[in-house]
Amino acid sequence: MEKFKTITSTIIPLPIENVDTDQIIPARFLKATDKNGFGDNLFADWRYNKDKTPKVDFVLNDPTYTGEILVAGKNFGSGSSREHAAWAIAGYGFKVVVSSFFADIFKNNALNNGILPVVVSPEFLAEIFASVNENPKTTLTVDLLNQTITNNANGKAETFEINAYKKDCLLNGFDDIDYLLSKKELIEKWEKSDANLFK
Amino acid sequence: MTNNPQQISLSKKQGKTLFDKIWDAHVVSTIENGPTQLYIDRHFCHEVTSPQAFNGLRERRLKVFRPEKTTMTADHNTPTINQELPVKDPISRNQLDQFAKNAKDFGMPIYYPLGHEKNGVVHIIGPENGFTQPGMTIVCGDSHTSTHGAFGTIAFGIGTSEVEMVLATQCILQTRPKTMRITFNGKLNPGVTSKDLALYMISKLTTGGATGYFVEYAGEAIRNMTMEERMTVCNLSIEMGARGGLIAPDETTFSYVKGREFAPKGEEWDKKLAYWKTLKSDDDAVFDRELEFDASEIQPMITYGTNPGMGMGISDSIPTLDEIDAAGRISFQKSLDYMGFAPGEKLLGKPIDYVFLGSCTNGRIEDFRLFANYVKGKKKADNITAWLVPGSWRVRKQIEEEGLDKILEEAGFAIRQPGCSACLAMNDDKIPAGKYAVSTSNRNFEGRQGPGARTILAGPLVAAATAINGCITKP
Ligand code: SF4
Repeated sequence: MEKFKTITSTIIPLPIENVDTDQIIPARFLKATDKNGFGDNLFADWRYNKDKTPKVDFVLNDPTYTGEILVAGKNFGSGSSREHAAWAIAGYGFKVVVSSFFADIFKNNALNNGILPVVVSPEFLAEIFASVNENPKTTLTVDLLNQTITNNANGKAETFEINAYKKDCLLNGFDDIDYLLSKKELIEKWEKSDANLFK
Repeated sequence: MTNNPQQISLSKKQGKTLFDKIWDAHVVSTIENGPTQLYIDRHFCHEVTSPQAFNGLRERRLKVFRPEKTTMTADHNTPTINQELPVKDPISRNQLDQFAKNAKDFGMPIYYPLGHEKNGVVHIIGPENGFTQPGMTIVCGDSHTSTHGAFGTIAFGIGTSEVEMVLATQCILQTRPKTMRITFNGKLNPGVTSKDLALYMISKLTTGGATGYFVEYAGEAIRNMTMEERMTVCNLSIEMGARGGLIAPDETTFSYVKGREFAPKGEEWDKKLAYWKTLKSDDDAVFDRELEFDASEIQPMITYGTNPGMGMGISDSIPTLDEIDAAGRISFQKSLDYMGFAPGEKLLGKPIDYVFLGSCTNGRIEDFRLFANYVKGKKKADNITAWLVPGSWRVRKQIEEEGLDKILEEAGFAIRQPGCSACLAMNDDKIPAGKYAVSTSNRNFEGRQGPGARTILAGPLVAAATAINGCITKP
């Protein structure tokens, strides 16, 4: 995994609540056996007409909005456990998703793919939408080391939470599997001990 | 208060919740300021969320650490007719072939491909074959893994990176969730199913209402349920955001598990049973959140919107805009526009095009019994296309053994072959754009049952009544 660095970027606003994983990547695109190409089908049903032409009124098809940060309404990523949702977001080029609330599994999946989910207060979120409404070139700065997010349109900043272990993983570009593999001996010992009730 | 010695010793011995007991029994290590390393007793695996995990193992040159602890079944992407023929869609076929190759390359001993007598939807075949046992930790790359919580397990859905972790190490890193207990006092009224209870609960909590929590279900209405009914409730835990849901095992649980192929036998059974009987929340256990509902207030439920939290009693009206808080109005209106409904509208009597009975929520034998019993001697409405999809080959066999297939056929219904089918419409079972489906599955998201499909979630009885009358009908 790539190391996560401080990002300053324009944003793509999606002020919709409860964006579920079936919207992020519809099930019919889950037939692949690798992780590539999902970015093209991110938000497919909102983004394309039946004949695959882009829907002009959808934000990803509006050249006014670009950037590596997706800002979405409350309860982003609810629904299925499909990691394809995270692969689609990463594949499209997003590094950060900002919302006032994330579904649990999505949050884990994002972190496991080097995408940082940033939880902000509802007020801060509303201000981002207002800023970008006024000026589409509004930027946000996300500083993982100091756990701060700044709306550069008004200079306001908030701190965000992240588990210390996950922060370390992102900053250093390593993942859970590396960690668990380093614990193999411990796992074998545990399996043989009385603690293991389902041998 | 704090220097009262009795108080201190009491709080020291603070009882444990059922969740705590199972979790604590599976901790291999804890990372400071980080997640817990949990040991996983049973891993279920299907063709859609696993190929990248197996490829990950190949890239890292790893073997599967404990192959016997993984159960593999093809279900999400499979056709529900002509399964004996080659799968038509080349991309689906490729995924199934890849699944078979992974089972073979990694020496996976428990693999149920298409057509296998034990094949079926992953959360149906787990309990059916005795893989699911009280006290276990269970994961699967599918959010409805929460189903297995009905047996008193910690069961939850994981992403593909996590599937890879489990395959490689039989462990996973997880942050301990908070605990919530939801108690259903009183009895359910006749004609009200466990699906209605679950949809009612989600409509009260909303889709994010239990995010961050693991839920224990308790109370008279839950205790009175069969295992299959309990599975329906636990299955839907994820739809209110919960990490999972569980129910303390009791005699109902033990007698369900006993004698199943992979269940413990003989002396091992006695030992396990003694342990299982300790699996309940202590009387003085404290939950982070407690909720109570009166089960007798629940009526048959339907959903009207595009998430499972947008549910109401079948005779009620859709909320009006001023009943929705300002921040949610755009999403609410968008959702109703998609469904072709208006705020304040009543849905009883609304014409429907499709009825789907199936999925890991309502694809078990009891669901088919309820449905068959209702339609017996009646005729399916002409405007309804009905897809009746058993959750597994075993369910289908039981349908035939009990003669339910005859009853259903006489009423104008046909039984398909098992699979996830229209629950997520990865195969050909797609509801056409703009059409209405009353579905016993678990998600009414936009496009979930096919691009443009309009899903109304309900229990098997509402589905049956709707199939007979051709419109939304109270059973
Ligand atoms: S039936 Fe539906 S919810 Fe259940 S495992 Fe299959 S796709 Fe997932």
